[in-house]
Amino acid sequence: MSNEADHHLGFWRKYVFSTDHKVIGIQYTITSLVFLLFGFSLLMLMRWQLAYPGREIPILGKFLSESIAPGGVMLPEFYNSLGAMHGTIMVFLGVVPLGVGGFGNYFMPLQIGAPDMAFPKLNMLSYWVYAVGGLIMMTGFFVPGGAANSGWTAYPPLADIATLGQTVWLIGMVFLITSSLFGSVNFIVTIVHLRARGLTMFRLPFFVWAQFVTAFLLLLAMPPLEAAGILQLLDRVAGTSFFMPEGLVISGVHQVGAGGGSPILWQHLFWFLGHPEVYVLLLPAMGIVAEVIPANTRKPLFGYKSIVYSVLFLGFMSFIVWAHHMFLTGMGTTMSTFFATTTMIISLPSVVILTALALSLYKGAIRLTVPMLFALAFLPMLGIGGLTGLPLGLPASDIYLHDTYYVIGHFHYVVAPGIVFGLFAGIYHWYPKVTGRKMNETLGRIHFVLSFVFMNMVFMPMFFQGMAGVSRRLYDQTVYTHGSAVQDLTVLSSWGAWCLGLAQIPFILNFFLSIWKGKAVDANPWQATTLEWAAPSPPPHGNFVTQPVVHRGPYEYSVPDRSDDFFPQHALAES
Amino acid sequence: MSADVLPYTVKPHPITGLYSGKFGMWLFLASEVMLFGAFFSSYILLKFSAPSEGAAAWPTHDERHLSWVVAGANTLVLIISSVTMVMAWLSLKGNNLAKGRLFLGVTAALASLFLAFKIFLEYIPHWHEGYTTSHSVFFGLYYTMTGLHGLHVIGGILVMVYFIGPGSKLWRSDPEYYTNRIECTGLYWHFVDLVWIVLFPTLYLMN
Repeated sequence: MSNEADHHLGFWRKYVFSTDHKVIGIQYTITSLVFLLFGFSLLMLMRWQLAYPGREIPILGKFLSESIAPGGVMLPEFYNSLGAMHGTIMVFLGVVPLGVGGFGNYFMPLQIGAPDMAFPKLNMLSYWVYAVGGLIMMTGFFVPGGAANSGWTAYPPLADIATLGQTVWLIGMVFLITSSLFGSVNFIVTIVHLRARGLTMFRLPFFVWAQFVTAFLLLLAMPPLEAAGILQLLDRVAGTSFFMPEGLVISGVHQVGAGGGSPILWQHLFWFLGHPEVYVLLLPAMGIVAEVIPANTRKPLFGYKSIVYSVLFLGFMSFIVWAHHMFLTGMGTTMSTFFATTTMIISLPSVVILTALALSLYKGAIRLTVPMLFALAFLPMLGIGGLTGLPLGLPASDIYLHDTYYVIGHFHYVVAPGIVFGLFAGIYHWYPKVTGRKMNETLGRIHFVLSFVFMNMVFMPMFFQGMAGVSRRLYDQTVYTHGSAVQDLTVLSSWGAWCLGLAQIPFILNFFLSIWKGKAVDANPWQATTLEWAAPSPPPHGNFVTQPVVHRGPYEYSVPDRSDDFFPQHALAES
Repeated sequence: MSADVLPYTVKPHPITGLYSGKFGMWLFLASEVMLFGAFFSSYILLKFSAPSEGAAAWPTHDERHLSWVVAGANTLVLIISSVTMVMAWLSLKGNNLAKGRLFLGVTAALASLFLAFKIFLEYIPHWHEGYTTSHSVFFGLYYTMTGLHGLHVIGGILVMVYFIGPGSKLWRSDPEYYTNRIECTGLYWHFVDLVWIVLFPTLYLMN
């Protein structure tokens, strides 16, 4: 087999420009974790300005340049840059590349019993285009005027007239969109064409289904954002006015130029991507939790077919809810009613999935391993995130809450204690497969408890701030009476964020130390059923020693009349 | 991972009836439909939200100063190039590499002719007459949409040149694989033609 020949690749081809899906998965994971940490650090800086407006930033303040933070006090422009880049980095450079590029790349081919992705070279290209896009984004910090500062949603006309950093942002986005296009084509073809013998679609682990739907969302929702990005880029560099309305006056100056554009057009194009993007963030994490829960309750996933149909329906519906982000644009009651209705409908499949995951716990012999703790926390946290979204999906209540801290609290509950906990569960669950060693239990538990407490300390106060009327992008809320009244909550939230930062130290230590010090494990340390556990830990090039053949569904735990409490998908029946 | 250990790189999959490359190409084209669809949607939205009179009003057919003659000739060029693309694939199916490369060459030449018409008979004269990207939203969209289409044409030419030149080495080791790649190139090329066939009436003919 040519597998053997491939083992003798040089260093560069083996570890840097590799076409092996596992190496690419690790590259994605490491890069996105670094970006997550960086994006989170930007936030910790912002939280200082919010908690103690106008005070010198301790320690770090001395190292910031005079142009962005004179005397260690950050300027509003710099604050805006931090906000826009925090959002962009977390969504496009952190969570999506980790959930799809990292976990999807590494485990989807393993779970379907494939030797690699359908297009290995395209897979490599996809990572490198992402990495270059990320670097371009980062160069924004060094151009005159700093990085993009029009929010991660880049609404025009503000973004059309913003400093050079916005142009850099747009070019970076084009790279990231291209990368996700390559990835999504690869994922879909791989899942349809490269499944092991006997692995029918309804025997696929839910994680693979989640990646499948995610890939379709990326494939079809990203291009409109690319179109929007191109139009905004031309507005900025080629003198067009797609998003510049007639008679626009900025700082008392009437804008010359053709005019006749529509800022609302950007919002339509942006949110046409933006809402499916929420599910692109969420589904991989849901998929991970659906793997971790059965392995640790030792019983089958409740309602497997229902959640598969739900996720397909959810994927479809996510394309027709986008304008619930735009109730305040004056699009009319008919449109608002339509989008409010579809928004209420899309909450149903999410509830079905979450309920099925919760019911999977019932009467299980639960093992409280570290990945299971994160998976268990994922359920209520995502529940809070989801339920607080309902008032935002209804025009009447959204008019009051729109663009306040309530919105920030809502979507962060979905993304941070929700999705990020799901991703942490995945890291602890699959670390033994990737490295051949388990992560340390004690450090993992410390990481979990502290993260859980501080996540809530950061985001819970935001609901109350939002209901008090504090707008989301304020540089200093204390200049308003209603802002001053809830400043204590801001301080609490800021301290939560800094403590949350410290709480990641056990994780980082654990992540690196376990590579050498972790407890060595065999191929199937959790005694799980899906195919990735049939491969050695770590899997060799080409993945499986003998090509697996699948005989049954993905979650056959505690099958009656069997000596073991798990029945792997590839195991032959005892006769 | 070398291609020979992955199944369905050349032979079709029993359920989809496609080899992986062709399936991937169809998915890519689906995303391209969404990309151009977004531009056409933007065109419609901007057209209908433009004021009915004044400087920002949408130009009528006569005010656009776009000649359907050049664009019509170009439409013909692209349609013929689609036919020669199919001829290239059929020649390869008939095991004739020389003829296949010849037709690929003709297709690439027609594509270049399209670009030459577009640049020298339309873009440059228009620009000099003052119809620049900042002239109006309509002309902004005109340059953006035809420009993006033009980039797709250039991409097609590069791929064809590659398969006439260095890419044709694959024929010696695996003629079926090579023929499949030309089929995928053809799918892409027909899509690029199709985009033009929608762009032409939208920009040049409709009022």
